[in-house]
Amino acid sequence: MAAYETQGFKLDNSGKRVVVDPVCRIEGHLRVEVNLDDKNVIRNAVSTGTMWRGLEVILKGRDPRDAWAFTERICGVCTGTHALTSVRAVEDALKIQIPENANSIRNIMQLNLQVHDHLVHFYHLHALDWVDVVSALKADPKATSALAQSISSWPLSSPGYFRDIQNRLKKFVESGQLGPFMNGYWGSPAYKLPPEANLMAVAHYLEALDFQKEIVKVHTIFGGKNPHPNWLVGGVPCAINLEGVGAVGAVNMERLNLVKSIIDRSIEFTEQVYIPDLIAIAKFYKGWLYGGGLSSKNVMSYGDIPDKANDYSSANLMLPRGAVINGDLSKVHEVDLRDVEQVQEFVAHSWYKYPDESKGLHPWDGVTEPSFVLGPNTKGTKTNIKELDEGGKYSWIKAPRWRGHAMEVGPLARYIIGYAQGNKEFKEPVDALLKELDVPVTALFSTLGRTAARGLECGWAAHKMSYFFDKLMANLKAGDLNTANIEKWEPSTWPKEAKGVGFTEAPRGALGHWIKIKDTKIDNYQCVVPTTWNGGPRDHKGQIGAFEAALMDTPVAKADEPLEILRTLHSFDPCLACSTHVMSPDGQEMTSVKVR
Amino acid sequence: MNSKRILILGIGNLLWADEGFGVRCVEALNGGWVFPPQVTLIDGGTQGLYLLPYVQEADCLLVFDAVDYGDPAGTLREVVGDQVPRFMGAKKMSLHQTGFQEVLMAAELTGKLPAELVLIGVQPEELEDYGGSLRDVVKAQMVPALNLALDWLERWGAAGCLRDAAAGAAVAITDAALAIDVYEDERPTADQACRLGDARFLGQPAA
Repeated sequence: MAAYETQGFKLDNSGKRVVVDPVCRIEGHLRVEVNLDDKNVIRNAVSTGTMWRGLEVILKGRDPRDAWAFTERICGVCTGTHALTSVRAVEDALKIQIPENANSIRNIMQLNLQVHDHLVHFYHLHALDWVDVVSALKADPKATSALAQSISSWPLSSPGYFRDIQNRLKKFVESGQLGPFMNGYWGSPAYKLPPEANLMAVAHYLEALDFQKEIVKVHTIFGGKNPHPNWLVGGVPCAINLEGVGAVGAVNMERLNLVKSIIDRSIEFTEQVYIPDLIAIAKFYKGWLYGGGLSSKNVMSYGDIPDKANDYSSANLMLPRGAVINGDLSKVHEVDLRDVEQVQEFVAHSWYKYPDESKGLHPWDGVTEPSFVLGPNTKGTKTNIKELDEGGKYSWIKAPRWRGHAMEVGPLARYIIGYAQGNKEFKEPVDALLKELDVPVTALFSTLGRTAARGLECGWAAHKMSYFFDKLMANLKAGDLNTANIEKWEPSTWPKEAKGVGFTEAPRGALGHWIKIKDTKIDNYQCVVPTTWNGGPRDHKGQIGAFEAALMDTPVAKADEPLEILRTLHSFDPCLACSTHVMSPDGQEMTSVKVR
Repeated sequence: MNSKRILILGIGNLLWADEGFGVRCVEALNGGWVFPPQVTLIDGGTQGLYLLPYVQEADCLLVFDAVDYGDPAGTLREVVGDQVPRFMGAKKMSLHQTGFQEVLMAAELTGKLPAELVLIGVQPEELEDYGGSLRDVVKAQMVPALNLALDWLERWGAAGCLRDAAAGAAVAITDAALAIDVYEDERPTADQACRLGDARFLGQPAA
């Protein structure tokens, strides 16, 4: 590949190649390769999904009312989001209206999942890209206490508390079992926090570990069970009886009070722990504003959280819908998932075959015909690729485009769109954060911006849970206890053929399921998941995807410890594998880095 | 009466052939036996941290899973105590699926690791068959695996009784559409839906 320019990036693959595989603690599902110039700056980036899957393979011919149960198994954390998207797709196809209570409960569950996912992502998965756990051992507990008290009124902040945490950590490190903390590049010069901030973050890591267990109880209450809650086409599978007693059977007042208490504690934890930590950490990294990628150019959100039931118009969606292109924030374009000209998937650089690969296909017309052909400049063999050839086909992920543009999706995209629309729920917290950090609005377009938007959204979602809880209670108290519409439950009531689309904003971005139903069975089922948008490869025009763009022009402190690459990719909260889970006694490897 | 709290957990992704072993075992155990109330059976799927509260609450934890020991396919192994976390390592899932090993580590970090740990694992034959079910050689190990588990439950003072007519049908712990017979019977044929996977996993060129 000769050097070329696309979307404002100058790609040049002549420098040293670094391969990071796998990126997300999975074996062979997401891999990136970059070329560094002589100053260790990334000048070319290649993102590939190394595993094939297609949900249509599993769902064709099955009962559409069961699809949610299968989609719930795609992935370990998006469970509820996939299930919700699936029941919405079927309801859209069959024109089923759900009761208001079902809408409120679904929104509470979806927002609850956002809160849980964002919190766990920040503390347990992404924080370690910013926080040096081992450095926390050097912290002065007294100074840590002073730091904690200067940023928040959270009560767990005494010197003794931090000393205890430090001792526990010390014991853990000395036992040689770093556990969740193994595989870090501890001591890397890319870490900027003082020991005290590191210790504070470790303490909150443990607190969040404890608190996240509480959050998910909401799913058990409304979904009947965890870790795989029940969903229902036409509503929610839970009856409500305000007068009931005990934990069995219908959801009663006691259960609802528990939901309320979890919501209140979620708001508290986010506002007093998560966001102050985010700001404290960001202050040390505000000179590291790499990783913006497409976020300053093209972002998209499908929108979610319908205020009133059954109305999926932009005006009724509390998470904004729209697309910004070419960085023009003055215009937010309407996104229509049914319009075959808008969302299309391309395969020129993906391991699939289309009749004409210069054209994209809308998901309703999606074709999934594998074609595992490597480009001529690939190094290695088909079964052991040393270096991909991005000039040819190089990923099992298709390249989705909106009106031909590569788009970034996720919390940052949602916040940029909300901001561009002038929606004060999104604009005001962003402006306040920028002011606090004393950075310009352009700082938002970065890895750190992505991480910050997720934190702000966690707070937003916690408050919106409260809104829908109140709405639910008001409706229940007014005597409406209806939670499901089963008028069209029987397949005999369905048309011979129907098609529909369901969409949500998953924690990591826009998620759509497109379904075709024929003779009461699933005829075609296509999911375009957030990580397809973000992690997809180049298209027929050579336009790069969001991960690829985000890595461009980032300097790497040490080529064999590419913390910067992981930090940026993790900021997208990537989820690709959602698949195999086999254990072996020896391998503990998180990331194999090969410098060539 | 013995009040040890016991968690029987099946983990893995049932959409990936032998990877579903753990879930299928716990499903079968639930369908065929009745246990005292201190026993909880959970289809853990591929969930990571979601499983932490259940693990933290248990005194005894028995896990069914597909485990890559490098043994011949279908080999069953029983791993006990400290050895369990060591065996629950390598091929973890994606970033968010922190992996079950990390659930155990987190339980330990919080001082709530179950006192007794047992892993009943089978060496898978086939994983790269999306939408497929257990291979015969793996399925054949379900009965021996269940017997091992029943022995442990007896040792822990919580012996199961065969589920008879009086006990009635079990409340499914996996959604009915995913029950092994439905899952297998309704699978689309290879003609209807291409089953070809990644050649690097299959060891042969695709398409």
